[in-house]
Amino acid sequence: MAFLEINHLVKDFGAQRVVKDFNLSVEKGEFVSFLGPSGCGKTTVLRMIAGFETPSSGHILVDGRDMVKLKPNQRNMGMVFQAYALFPNMTVAQNIAFGLKVAGKSSSDIQATVKEMLSLIKLEELGERYPFQLSGGQQQRVALARALAVKPTLLLLDEPLSALDAKIRVSLREEIRSIQRNLGITTIFVTHDQEEALSISDRIVVMYQGKADQIGTPFEIYNRPATRFVASFVGTINVLEAQVVEPSTGQVNLADQTLHLQRALPQTHGNSVSLALRPETVVLGNSRSVVLNGMVQEVSFLGSVIRLRISIGSQSLSMDGFNQPNTQPPSIGQSVQISFEPNDVLVLADA
Amino acid sequence: MSNSLTVHQRTTLSWAWLGVLPFLLFALLFLILPTLNIVIGAFQNPEGNFTLENIANLFKPSILDSYWISIKISLASALLGCIAGFLIAVAVVLGGLPRFIRSPIMTFSGVASNFAGVPLAFAFIATLGRVGLVTVLLRDWLGFNLYGTGFNILSFWGLTLTYLFFQIPLMILIITPALDGLKREWREAAAMLGASGFQYWRMVALPILWPALLGTFALLFANSFGAVATAYALTGSSLSIVPILLFAQIRGDVLHDPHLGYALAFGMILITMVANGLYLWMRARSERWMK
Amino acid sequence: MKISFLQRFSSWIILLLGILYFALPLLGTFEFSLRMKRGEYSLEAYRVILSDSRFQQTFSFSVMMALLTIVLGVLLIVPTAYWVRLKLPRWRPIIEFITLLPLVIPAIVIVFGYIRLYNTSSWLPLTGSSFGTDILMVCGYTTLALPYMYRAVDTGLRTLDIATLTEAAEILGANKITILFRVILPNVTVAILSGAFLTFAIVIGEFVFAALLNRPAFGPYMQLVGANRAYEPAALAIIAFGITWMCMGLIQLVTRLQKHTRIQAPR
Ligand SMILES: Nc1ncnc2c1ncn2[C@@H]1O[C@H](COP(=O)(O)OP(=O)(O)OP(=O)(O)O)[C@@H](O)[C@H]1O
Ligand SMILES: [Mg+2]
Repeated sequence: MAFLEINHLVKDFGAQRVVKDFNLSVEKGEFVSFLGPSGCGKTTVLRMIAGFETPSSGHILVDGRDMVKLKPNQRNMGMVFQAYALFPNMTVAQNIAFGLKVAGKSSSDIQATVKEMLSLIKLEELGERYPFQLSGGQQQRVALARALAVKPTLLLLDEPLSALDAKIRVSLREEIRSIQRNLGITTIFVTHDQEEALSISDRIVVMYQGKADQIGTPFEIYNRPATRFVASFVGTINVLEAQVVEPSTGQVNLADQTLHLQRALPQTHGNSVSLALRPETVVLGNSRSVVLNGMVQEVSFLGSVIRLRISIGSQSLSMDGFNQPNTQPPSIGQSVQISFEPNDVLVLADA
Repeated sequence: MSNSLTVHQRTTLSWAWLGVLPFLLFALLFLILPTLNIVIGAFQNPEGNFTLENIANLFKPSILDSYWISIKISLASALLGCIAGFLIAVAVVLGGLPRFIRSPIMTFSGVASNFAGVPLAFAFIATLGRVGLVTVLLRDWLGFNLYGTGFNILSFWGLTLTYLFFQIPLMILIITPALDGLKREWREAAAMLGASGFQYWRMVALPILWPALLGTFALLFANSFGAVATAYALTGSSLSIVPILLFAQIRGDVLHDPHLGYALAFGMILITMVANGLYLWMRARSERWMK
Repeated sequence: MKISFLQRFSSWIILLLGILYFALPLLGTFEFSLRMKRGEYSLEAYRVILSDSRFQQTFSFSVMMALLTIVLGVLLIVPTAYWVRLKLPRWRPIIEFITLLPLVIPAIVIVFGYIRLYNTSSWLPLTGSSFGTDILMVCGYTTLALPYMYRAVDTGLRTLDIATLTEAAEILGANKITILFRVILPNVTVAILSGAFLTFAIVIGEFVFAALLNRPAFGPYMQLVGANRAYEPAALAIIAFGITWMCMGLIQLVTRLQKHTRIQAPR
């Protein structure tokens, strides 16, 4: 049995079902991100784990123990909020000491732990400051230290970085991840930023309308999206509509051009099928086995990457290539050949 | 260009204070000078020479008693007003009561906090006087003789109970925004760290609210310490609290010494000033964590 | 955060106790005011009060005082608050401190000072004539209303971008006085009205100033009725409560109306 087990979790707010049959198991020490658009229920699931909301039905087990009946202050979890939520009337050190004081630890224990936590977040000098004297990033690090000081079994982070500016966001997420690795603490991290989720998670739960659409490693989520939603939400992807000609060999017709996908398709002859393709899997020229003719519609120079928009009949797709200082990119209106490998193509299940 | 701009600004700046001159003049004539006059009068004898005798005369037992009962009533009504107002505000803001009751309660508080003076005294006489509604109902329905317990609307508790009618709403009006300022995340963070509801209130919420609570307490204290009309209409001159004594003195020199009247008034200013000074000092101590 | 049954239950108990405390005196007073005729409820006490010529005189006197106080208050406070926000931001703590003084210095002390400072043998013998005393009283009431009026107006000004409004008007050729009356004043009407209704509620039943300056105002009249009659005071209390309620209701009304206009006219 996994360390954290969530079974058939459901939450209704009045008539609205916000979380629908949510299932997840998390191993000890794992870093799992909840990723999804605004309003999909990420916070609600997290708050049910923390005990701030009661599930309408379903189970939450930590280490085999049912959590649902426990109050938040009996669960021994740590939580970091989006808006820091440091106690403004306490210094940094007092904030970190709060959970230990409440637990009745001796003052020498408390001092030692506070010192250890301050060095963990590299703010040894700032123990006597009040929260208003800290920057946003510093405040969030203190919030992390405060949550970790009580040695929680589970660390919950609800968009802890979204109030910070982009640069600090990147450095702080690395820091959170490395602290998490060192302490080996099981962590759930809520975000709506896919880059954030992809870069630091062991596994990602992509949520959509209260359900877990797909659970997997960042690599799986990105390269093998299970649903049309996951494909479109994570990264940039081209979705092209084609007509099935021969299901058994994967022969399809796209804008009067014939493509061989070299795999069996579930659809029958004459039906349409959605094909998904990451921009970086497409190259100019006919060096790969599936070749299409198109016309350059748009050229965007993004620095190291050049993104082309190619029209194919009435549809279009984006493709990325690295910048080559000595090669001029094609110009708009030019007819080009593009190609890709058949197994880079994802056949999406119908939504 | 930039040079002429700065010159222009300088000249307007240096004369800008003229704009508040009417206000300052008004405040001087009708607030500051009259008060100073009383303060100076407290240290003068009828011939206009400096003396400490008036102040010394304040320490006569009868006058000390007046101060003492005034302070007791003000403390009691401020403290009870703070506690009751706080409990009601907490119940309304955080206690899970339906949201729609909030607006009528705030409106009513606005009305009741301004419903002081003579009519308020009438209302309490009609309610808790010897033939008041509650007195009669208690007697007829429960067989309970309120006045048999020694209660009297013209007494310490009667006056305190009456003052609460404007003290509690004032507290509600002031403390509700402060309660709204308590972030939900603080409560949740405390719970996550293992704190009970009681620990959250003791270690987080109350310290954060402390300056607001203290300030309101000082305000409520001054509010009832200076109140004349309610007490006068309620008790006539039978309860000798300081403002009533001063009122009678101004009307007819009951102390047989006009300068003792100044000293009496000076004592009132001193006490409300001390109360507010105490508040400012404690606030400065408890607000180190604020911007 | 979940709210437990116990919390909810105690909230209701506290609320009910509060309602009881505040409703009983009002009910008691109302019931008492109806008991003037033996054996039946009647509005006799109200009839007696309303037809008393002393009531009519003192009440209209106090209304007059209240209106004059409001006018003086607005003329004094609006330009000051505007000017302080525009040109003298560093003076704000001082001005604010002065406006809060009347909450700390008891009213009775202030009148006492007036009587000493402006008596018949002083340099400005305002109390020598009833006209002079009325002026003094209006000034006194304005002082009492200072904390409320200033705060209302200052809050109203804070939501406006005064500097920009003033500059815009100056570019169009308006001078400072025009700006104040044609641009700023209309924009803080609601704040002024709120302060005005509050002032009205305070002044209409005020007792100490009127009693000690010996003017025939509504407050001393009520006190007199209370000392000599049985049922009429209860009727007066209900009337006074009604006036206070009306003033607060009007404050709410204008505030709500402002919200609607605000939505139509984006700032
Ligand atoms: N207390 C509540 N009462 C009623 N509805 C709620 C409540 N809390 C959340 N909801 C609804 O539940 C849905 C999911 O909300 P939730 O906060 O879990 O979304 P989220 O995925 O965290 O979104 P975001 O990225 O914006 O934070 C939303 O439609 C929201 O309106
Ligand atoms: Mg959320």
